[in-house]
Amino acid sequence: MTVAEAVVTARGITKTFGKGGVTALQDIDLEVGSGEFISLIGPSGCGKSTLLRVIGDLVEPTAGEILVNGKTAHRARLDRDYGIVFQAAVLYDWRTVVKNIALPLELLGWSRAKRAERVSEMVKLVELEGFEKHYPWQLSGGMQQRVSIARALSFSPALLLMDEPFGALDEMTRERLNAELLRIWAETRSTVIFVTHSISEAVYLSTRVVVMSPRPGRITSVIPIDLPQPRMFETREDPRFFELVTEVREALHAGGGDE
Amino acid sequence: MSTIVQPTAPRSERGTTQTLRKWGPALIVFAMGLAAWQWLLPALGVERYLLPPLWDVLQAFWDARSELLRAGWITFKEAVGGFVLGCSVAFVLALVLARWRPLGNALMPYMIAANAVPIVAFAPITNAWFGTLSPWSKIVIAAVLCFFPVLVNTLRGLTSVRPESLELMTSYAAPQRVVFARVRIPNSLPFVFSALKIASVLAMIGAVVGDYFGGSTEALGVQIVSSVSVAQYETAWAAILVASLLGIGFYATVALAERLVLSWHPSIRAGVE
Repeated sequence: MTVAEAVVTARGITKTFGKGGVTALQDIDLEVGSGEFISLIGPSGCGKSTLLRVIGDLVEPTAGEILVNGKTAHRARLDRDYGIVFQAAVLYDWRTVVKNIALPLELLGWSRAKRAERVSEMVKLVELEGFEKHYPWQLSGGMQQRVSIARALSFSPALLLMDEPFGALDEMTRERLNAELLRIWAETRSTVIFVTHSISEAVYLSTRVVVMSPRPGRITSVIPIDLPQPRMFETREDPRFFELVTEVREALHAGGGDE
Repeated sequence: MSTIVQPTAPRSERGTTQTLRKWGPALIVFAMGLAAWQWLLPALGVERYLLPPLWDVLQAFWDARSELLRAGWITFKEAVGGFVLGCSVAFVLALVLARWRPLGNALMPYMIAANAVPIVAFAPITNAWFGTLSPWSKIVIAAVLCFFPVLVNTLRGLTSVRPESLELMTSYAAPQRVVFARVRIPNSLPFVFSALKIASVLAMIGAVVGDYFGGSTEALGVQIVSSVSVAQYETAWAAILVASLLGIGFYATVALAERLVLSWHPSIRAGVE
């Protein structure tokens, strides 16, 4: 696959934990183009979350090189190129919805007026109007996760890293947020790397699905998803959708991912 | 999906009934306790030197009210002084130990061991150090009593931050100063306030017990000791009553401050204690 403008270039990434211990990642090569939506999928222990953290400079690789927009991952982190969404919303309990969304903007030294303007745009984007002054515990899990997404996007980072963001939500909420995420992705033209263990979620959301397998964690195949954009609710009923789901499932099994 | 937990219903007439239902039993028990003190104990033949009847204690309080309140004020100032001193030093030290963890790991076992030492045992020693009549001998005892719970709890609050919260700050390239100001310190506040409530009680104990080992004759603890020595049990009990009310008032003030500062906390917003 030719990538015009690479946002992420990973070459020979290896990560071992402890001396002679577990090899979480072995010799990972990955290129992510601007505006792509990449899913990392694989069974537990395949290193998908570790790979995400290596790209985000939260975990240092044992060997290999990561370039983000042509810079080292470390430089990219210092330049605040990453927006991160975790499985738990990780909101600060003592901050209201708007204050949580404004947090990265405060750290970037934005003026109060500029912050207020951007935050209200973000609240609109994730459809949380009317909940601005609520505290996290007053929100449902899905709403908390939308606040977390708004916070990650508030400063328009070059790269959105999402670590199983909808893993803890029920199926209905998850499907709604999938659709919302795609709308936001299209509106903001962001580049997304998305960790999941749901095959249908990966196929529905992604432009490419990266299949990983464990012991040692490695990429076993990369499957381009040629479903038409924008993806609609009916996309899930498209015969091509089922073909791609089957393809990803078989790739997972071939990689020893059926445990 | 958009189910939100609404804050508790506004206080209406129903709210008043509920309040009464909630506090009524406690008030009845309180009244029964006072009645038993006044009438049941003398009826059971409990001697005056063991526990004088309530009314006699109130009478003694009224007769000696100006000295007792002045004495209470002196001891209360010692307690508050010790509280402020001990809690501030503990909080600052907790920040240092949370910031430089190897230092914390090196010192914490000793801090926890020191916490188990019966600190009031040092009261006669602090008298020797700071002078029996000096308020500082009592302030220091109160401060040391407050120090350990605040240190241990604050440190726990500063360090029990979920890893993703810290990863998020790392992804923003936030310096340690910012991590403390925006995450660790706010996260520690519920722990800090639990410790401050305990400390307010300990400070009062420290100040009164400190007085027992000698001090200005105007202090509350000294008055309790001297009243007992001349068999004025009613006055001693009146002084204990003053100490108790001051202690409860101190605790309530800290609890009120907690409510104001932690207004965001679910337990407070939902009215769950």
